[in-house]
Amino acid sequence: MIETMISMELPAGEHLAIRRNRIQPAGAEKAMHRISLVSGIHGDELEGQYICYETARRVNEHPEYLQGIVDIYPALNPLGIDMASRTVPRLNMDMNRMFPGDASGDMMERITAAVVDSIIGSDICVDLHASDIFVREIPQVRLSEEFAEALLPYAKMTNVDMIWMNATATVHESTLAHSLNLLGVPTLVLEMGQGHNIHRSFGNQVVDGIFHIMSEMGIWSGPKPEVQEPAVSSDGEVEFIRSDVDGIFLPLIEHNHYVRKGDLIGEVVDPFAGTVKQQIRTERGGLLFTLRAYPVIYEGDLLARILTDR
Amino acid sequence: MFERDIYTIHSTYREDMHIKGFQFGKGEKSACIVGAARGNEIQQMYICSQLVKALRELENNGCISAGKQILVIPTINAYSVNISRRFFGVKEADINRSFPGNDYGEPADRLTNALLTEIRDYVYGIQFTSFYRPGEFVPHVRMMETGYQNTSLANLFGLPYVVVRKPVPIDTKTLNYNWQDEMTAAFSVYTNQNSQIDEKSAGQAVAAVLRFLKRMGLIRYESHSGFISHVLYEKDLSDVPADRAGIFRGKVHAGDDVRYGNELAEIIDPYDGSVRETILAPTDGIVFFAHTEALICEKDIAYRLIHRLHE
Repeated sequence: MIETMISMELPAGEHLAIRRNRIQPAGAEKAMHRISLVSGIHGDELEGQYICYETARRVNEHPEYLQGIVDIYPALNPLGIDMASRTVPRLNMDMNRMFPGDASGDMMERITAAVVDSIIGSDICVDLHASDIFVREIPQVRLSEEFAEALLPYAKMTNVDMIWMNATATVHESTLAHSLNLLGVPTLVLEMGQGHNIHRSFGNQVVDGIFHIMSEMGIWSGPKPEVQEPAVSSDGEVEFIRSDVDGIFLPLIEHNHYVRKGDLIGEVVDPFAGTVKQQIRTERGGLLFTLRAYPVIYEGDLLARILTDR
Repeated sequence: MFERDIYTIHSTYREDMHIKGFQFGKGEKSACIVGAARGNEIQQMYICSQLVKALRELENNGCISAGKQILVIPTINAYSVNISRRFFGVKEADINRSFPGNDYGEPADRLTNALLTEIRDYVYGIQFTSFYRPGEFVPHVRMMETGYQNTSLANLFGLPYVVVRKPVPIDTKTLNYNWQDEMTAAFSVYTNQNSQIDEKSAGQAVAAVLRFLKRMGLIRYESHSGFISHVLYEKDLSDVPADRAGIFRGKVHAGDDVRYGNELAEIIDPYDGSVRETILAPTDGIVFFAHTEALICEKDIAYRLIHRLHE
């Protein structure tokens, strides 16, 4: 059932509404476990749209297997998705820096508070992000150190390729995931693919992970998908490759490939002079899990990340 | 006066962006004034230009105190100014949410790191900045409650108000917060305009900074004493939200003294012209902030009042 969680009036005949699809067994009366899938906080990240669709489709295909509640929120920033805008249009602010919100605050504070309020009580929440439009990522879970111990068992069930544990920065305290984790809802942040795009293969991989989690939690009694064991890494095991110059980046390697130390993975060129300004080589070998997709670069722009071999 | 480049960004498609500093006097790094961090902070950049003009005249007349150095940086984001975009680059980075930065990261991080490295040793830091919420403020000095803030010093600007705000997580990425973290006495100064120039409030801001510099012994300058600032905490401001959305017809301005029940604004239906809502003052007080955009959404803050304060 598609429900509106909160609706706020806009000036000219429209409302900004946050909607969710609640799928639950018919006539259910006993207490049930609940999973919440959320996506679309950043309007340019669309990978989660496919995951929301595919999850709902598979559940609806076999309603007899559903033993719990599946709440799906594809669009926490619906105006942003509609406009391919990362931020909330008109405000130009990152919605993922506005949580937990305030039920008596201004429009966005009320919206973010309503989102948190509606997810509370879930046994687990999965916050589906894509990369932005500038780089491509493999499916991964990003865990902040603060919650890593509690979330790692869940993260390992998501069928992602890697789990990356980051040091917690204060600014992350205003994210949806942080707020929910503090409020007792185990919440995983998944990143994958690229902004403005949908990669079905990544999506299907993650949906298998979601159904695996649902099976473990007693929400789904159907066939339990097998999941892979992801690589688990911390900040120190990831090599960041950034450009030392401005120019146009031309990759010489495909995303999601293994590289060795010293491999040439791309070049930064000058389109005016026809020259190579910098050759981009790896300092360590490993899995190239992030690759620049947007060619125009400044000094300092991220070109690649490598999960280095131990 | 000595003009120098603090940091330079290269682009393949544009001329280099230089962060230019205008230095007056020599010696102890005493005061640094920073202007536009965002491309729509035109008033902020203008105020700094007027400060450069005033300080140049003072320096030529030998009125910069011996052994004291003052640095003015009118803008740290000329790329955005020149294309009328608020945020920096194709990733739309908010420069004033990118501090402290680092020297190995994204372009915005490198910029803020280089800037903070240059200015962190100044005793006093003054930033002209803008709020995320568009609208009109009474000119004031704003400080974050970090434990290092000094409201007595903030009073010396002689502006009507000093506002103290408890930082939220996103504030830890601002220049003001990180400047205070470096033990600089940092102040954010707000006037009533951003993307347009209001000469009156710009002049008031220039006078406030010169007044402060004089009171700190950095310049010799005869000026009006200004206001004895009223110190207030942001949490004590009374918010007046709009219950409806529509065309906003404001009837009072920042600085106006209002009484309980006064009509503050009307919200008009953009289709049939009817009045959807009349916003009344919920309390006596002074309008500290006024929404000025043509449209307003449900629960947007229309006004913020200083509760039970009168002129």
